Amino acid sequence: MTGVKYTGIPSKEELENCPGVPDAERLEKGRVACVECVQEIPCNPCESICRFGAITVGEQITSLPVLHGEKCTGCGLCVANCPGLAITILDLNYSETRATVDFPFEYLPLPEEGDEVEAVGRDGAVICPGTIVKVTKISAYAGTAVIRMAIPKEHVMTVRSMKRPKRS
Amino acid sequence: MKIKETDIAIVGAGAAGLTAAIEARRAGAQVLVLDENRLPGGQLFKQIHKFFGSHEHRAGTRGFQIGRDLLKEVEQSGAEVWLNTVVYGMEPDTSLGVIHEDQNTVIKAKKVIVATGAKENYMAFPGSTLPGVMGAGAAQTMINVNRVLPGERIVMVGSGNVGLIVSYQLMQAGAEVLAIVEGAPFIGGYGVHAGKIRRAGVPILVSHTVTRAIGTEQVEAVEIAEVDSKFRPIPGTEQVLEADTVCLAVGLNPMTELLWLTGCKFTFIPAFGGHVPMHDAHMETTVPGLYVAGDVTGVEEASSAMEEGRLAGISAAESLGLIPREEAKERRGEVIRRLNVLRSGAFGEGRRRSKEQQLKAMEAFQAEGDRT
Ligand SMILES: Cc1cc2nc3c(=O)[nH]c(=O)nc-3n(C[C@H](O)[C@H](O)[C@H](O)COP(=O)(O)OP(=O)(O)OC[C@H]3O[C@@H](n4cnc5c(N)ncnc54)[C@H](O)[C@@H]3O)c2cc1C
Ligand code: SF4
Ligand code: SF4
Repeated sequence: MTGVKYTGIPSKEELENCPGVPDAERLEKGRVACVECVQEIPCNPCESICRFGAITVGEQITSLPVLHGEKCTGCGLCVANCPGLAITILDLNYSETRATVDFPFEYLPLPEEGDEVEAVGRDGAVICPGTIVKVTKISAYAGTAVIRMAIPKEHVMTVRSMKRPKRS
Repeated sequence: MKIKETDIAIVGAGAAGLTAAIEARRAGAQVLVLDENRLPGGQLFKQIHKFFGSHEHRAGTRGFQIGRDLLKEVEQSGAEVWLNTVVYGMEPDTSLGVIHEDQNTVIKAKKVIVATGAKENYMAFPGSTLPGVMGAGAAQTMINVNRVLPGERIVMVGSGNVGLIVSYQLMQAGAEVLAIVEGAPFIGGYGVHAGKIRRAGVPILVSHTVTRAIGTEQVEAVEIAEVDSKFRPIPGTEQVLEADTVCLAVGLNPMTELLWLTGCKFTFIPAFGGHVPMHDAHMETTVPGLYVAGDVTGVEEASSAMEEGRLAGISAAESLGLIPREEAKERRGEVIRRLNVLRSGAFGEGRRRSKEQQLKAMEAFQAEGDRT
């Protein structure tokens, strides 16, 4: 059985039908939020945190969050404020060959800028090497760090986190 | 024996009890809150994750922060809070027997609100009495309140939100979670919580259960197996995981012992965790002057517990003549509107139906009383 209800990972179909995932055209334009929230749960901090109205849930708070790609500036505030850690920021224009993924990270130790890490997919399996570009931990993020990691462009729709370093 | 009198006594200083205290106090009632713990806040103080819900329910804020803010509000309100105070008994006239500062004290309140929360279910299997087998809630208290890691290599049983969240927090605390096993053929909790676990590389094995904990002095390994549609382990599918801890997240049941002592009437709603007290839309039970709120009325979540606490606080104050009827009605209407929003969607619909069933049972009971 596939699908988030059976595996904890949204299936290909679920992601294709997910109104929070930006389309290819918007991706080409650079930094944009990718909201992989595919179940009707009573939740809407993503909507209330976005100053640009780029994510809407609506009156019925169990509706799926909808991304309005044209309004999203890629500011990243929603990434740390989603209690489901379901939002990443994708940037296809980072360099000629590489893209970046900004993802929320709540484990210690935090990686440092310049670290070479293992980039993982939605199932935790290693996909490719990644380079840590930026680590942001500010009070508005309330304890959640946001990590920016550069990876080869072709993996931008599959890489969603990094392998947790072993504690010493 | 000491006797203490008050307008409204509240048993339990969790999410529900604290909001009830705030509302009752705001209306001008004299309020006494009792809790057996050293710290108030109930479950909230263990919840280091950011909460779900709507913005008006402080979603996106970590549970313990919500607890701290509630507590501050209670302190400012002037309600009296007795901690380290066990309520060991309750009479049909709702007077409470408590141990406070080593003294046996009887509390006589005009109205009593019981908000005692819920306790964890247990599951028996060979080896389940070995040290190292524990409730997920207990493990959560150890890591987040007492800062002690219960084990290094964990097998979690149950994939509801409690199982998923506690697994995540055990990893944050430095443990390794080997697997989450789930008897049902699907994951019980929210997909986004499950997603965090999967990104960390932890398998969630649906249609699986723990068949045996192995060890002499403590858990040294755990045997799991696949189950058929009747939850029977399928021979030949056994695997042994080198775990030192088994955490059970197999549901909660309302802590109703005090309520049973008063003779108040119950109804049986499995989705709410078993026997739950009948109550009306004011949260009043079949015993006049006895109110309930939060997980003790049926296991839900902190947001709904806080709203039910408000309902109980407003209604108890109203019945003391401290809030005009029309105003109380209006304020309850607002709370109920927010509760209906929480009790919607694929996960909330069932809870809305259960609550309706509970209210209907009360109506039927009252109609019966009117006839006799
Ligand atoms: C792992 C986990 C994660 C959760 N995550 C969320 C979430 O993300 N969002 C959400 O909304 N909810 C969440 N919840 C649920 C939420 O914590 C509870 O629904 C809520 O705390 C219930 O509040 P309550 O006031 O009814 O009970 P409690 O918080 O349990 O408070 C009851 C209090 O009563 C006291 N008490 C009981 N009996 C007695 C007695 N005889 N004498 C004196 N004192 C007594 C207890 O000590 C306790 O302090 C989670 C729960 C768990 C376990
Ligand atoms: S990245 Fe910024 S602009 Fe885009 S959806 Fe998130 S909060 Fe809104
Ligand atoms: S805040 Fe996150 S989990 Fe909640 S609805 Fe928005 S995307 Fe989904």
